[in-house]
Amino acid sequence: MQFWLIQTLNSLALGGLLFLLSSGFSLIFGLLRIPNLAHGALFMLGAYLGATVLAQDLPFWLAVLVAGLVVGLGGVVVERLLLRRLAGNEQGQVLVTLGIAFILADLCLLAWGGDPIPLAAPSGMRRPLLLFGFAFPTYRLAVLVLALIVALLLYLLMERTRLGAMIRAGVDDREMARATGIRVSYLFGCVFFLGAALAGIGGVIGGPILSAYPGLDADMLPLALIVVILGGVGSLLGALVGSFIVGFLYNFGTAFFPDFAYVVLFLPMVLALGFKPEGLFGRVRT
Amino acid sequence: MTMTRRAALAATVGGFGLALTGVRTARAAEGEPIRLGFLTVKTGPLASGGIQMEQGVTLALKERNNMLAGRPVTLFTADTGGVPANTRSKTQELIERDNVQCILGPLAAFEALAIDDYTQSQKMPIMSVAAAEDITQRKPDPWFVRCTSSSAQCSHVMGDYAAKDLKYKRVALIADDIAYGHEQNAGFQHVFEDAGGHVVQKLWPPLNAPDYGSYIAQLNPKLDAIFMAFAGSNGFRFSKQFFEYGMGGKVPLLGGMTAVDEAVLQQMGDDAIGMLSVNWYSAQLDNPANKVFVAGMQRDYKVDPGYYAAGTYVSVAVLDAALKSVDGKIEDREAFMHALRTNQVPDTARGPVRFDSFGNVVGNVYIRKVERKGGRLVNSVIKTYPDVSQFWTYNQDAFLKNPVYSRDNPPAKFIEN
Repeated sequence: MQFWLIQTLNSLALGGLLFLLSSGFSLIFGLLRIPNLAHGALFMLGAYLGATVLAQDLPFWLAVLVAGLVVGLGGVVVERLLLRRLAGNEQGQVLVTLGIAFILADLCLLAWGGDPIPLAAPSGMRRPLLLFGFAFPTYRLAVLVLALIVALLLYLLMERTRLGAMIRAGVDDREMARATGIRVSYLFGCVFFLGAALAGIGGVIGGPILSAYPGLDADMLPLALIVVILGGVGSLLGALVGSFIVGFLYNFGTAFFPDFAYVVLFLPMVLALGFKPEGLFGRVRT
Repeated sequence: MTMTRRAALAATVGGFGLALTGVRTARAAEGEPIRLGFLTVKTGPLASGGIQMEQGVTLALKERNNMLAGRPVTLFTADTGGVPANTRSKTQELIERDNVQCILGPLAAFEALAIDDYTQSQKMPIMSVAAAEDITQRKPDPWFVRCTSSSAQCSHVMGDYAAKDLKYKRVALIADDIAYGHEQNAGFQHVFEDAGGHVVQKLWPPLNAPDYGSYIAQLNPKLDAIFMAFAGSNGFRFSKQFFEYGMGGKVPLLGGMTAVDEAVLQQMGDDAIGMLSVNWYSAQLDNPANKVFVAGMQRDYKVDPGYYAAGTYVSVAVLDAALKSVDGKIEDREAFMHALRTNQVPDTARGPVRFDSFGNVVGNVYIRKVERKGGRLVNSVIKTYPDVSQFWTYNQDAFLKNPVYSRDNPPAKFIEN
């Protein structure tokens, strides 16, 4: 019984973390039609920036804010200076994002060294919470709540604001959106800022669980890919549902089929690509 | 352009390889620099260990005024990125372009395995920290020397200590799902069960597991201890999450040789205090060579040395001693290699070392406990096992008749779930 409860909570918490990771990835993928392979590196950069802010004894929310802004602006710079010049050349764009991922990873290594750096959870959440006779890390529950808040904010942004409407139009039909007078170029900048900022924020929020270490980027990127391909590119709901599916698959998969931990994780993605290439909630074929 | 040059180089070496070797051997040793190759990792996820390896080499050469056995040293450093294919091409560059006479490194077992056939054919002395058991057991390389430890050499000791000194009966094993993790855990299990203990659970998270929460929830509720044999930053991350789940006060964690390294110790916080681990080295070792080493690392890099820095630092000491015994004549490779493997070095930073007939070190292994001293976390030595061989106390021939340690060998007889 306790096993089921803990694993369920684990799955929900991991799902929340994965949503923070993959929502930005999904946004960019949906609008630009390219997987931003630097997303894992942006997530890692966020974690390192957060660690640096926290090391100055500054509050956790400030670390989240700083990482979000810095990584978001970095995303805009990349979009303006590199990806825009390759407009229409999707293969080139994908390769550029991969190159950026490598460059960022080595810059992080240069700046922060090779040893893992822990991020402290906010002071009130460091002790485990006692639930029905077993302990569960308080912070993981907070991550779940935070992820749901971010999901709600993103939902409001996408469904209730003019910007959101323009982004949705851009995802559905880029040419038509442009024809109706939407400044798609401005939109790309906004979406890249938002997507990259989400990666940075996710890095800080994930930091107290994962720590910042070289290789964090490569560990996280495949998870973002699985979530988004399963849930559907460009769909917020898809990213949310996909994150929780992957969270449950990972936790129960490693418990029941320990030898096939990664098969359990990747098989649904393969099936989705084979039988429902647009994903569970997507409107765009991957 | 690069391709043509490399092709040309390969052709040249292919054609005149024999002649070149002859010239090199005949060259007068006096005054000529010793050409030392160094394979390390300065980029990518393994860079942490590789950078420490470089610190160890740099400091060891600096202390000797860049001289080994009266000859100056030219060091050729190559960054493999931890990618076996790169390791191979960098090794070829070191041997064929830079004409190195001995190679320190590489770091990882899969790198060492990727170059093994080539360096053997080149008769190139290799001094590596790579721990894969069979490099010095069932598939030995006569040109290989390891001054650190085979995977299981240290975990054997922890198996003995857990059963006999700590009187533990029920232990769970957890490690990365790679050969290094399998071999360490198998060694622990072998000795622990021979001494009457039971390994009741084995968990193998993938090397790049994002989160260990799922594994912590699976742990058997009735355990005396958990032995963890992670590599790189994974041991650090697992322990952190273990404490996060409030398991710290409930079940003791025992660490393998790279699980509680000095490199990450300061970051682990007070939760780590009291943790036991096993290693062939500790920055706390009380011997004159280590005092010099630790002071030098503190002065130059502001860190305590750990596994990787000590590994190369000790390797240079062993290399120096071997060179002295052949009057610096590294050109006579057979004699040099013989000296390297038969020398006893009584005063390295890890204590006295000698080598078995496979080129693997026989030396002290230490049980260490995390303590706070002067505001810093340190690995205090609480028990010394002298003269430990890679075969523990087992008969060498009987040991080698068994298949190499793996996930399921020795078979687990007491697994419960």
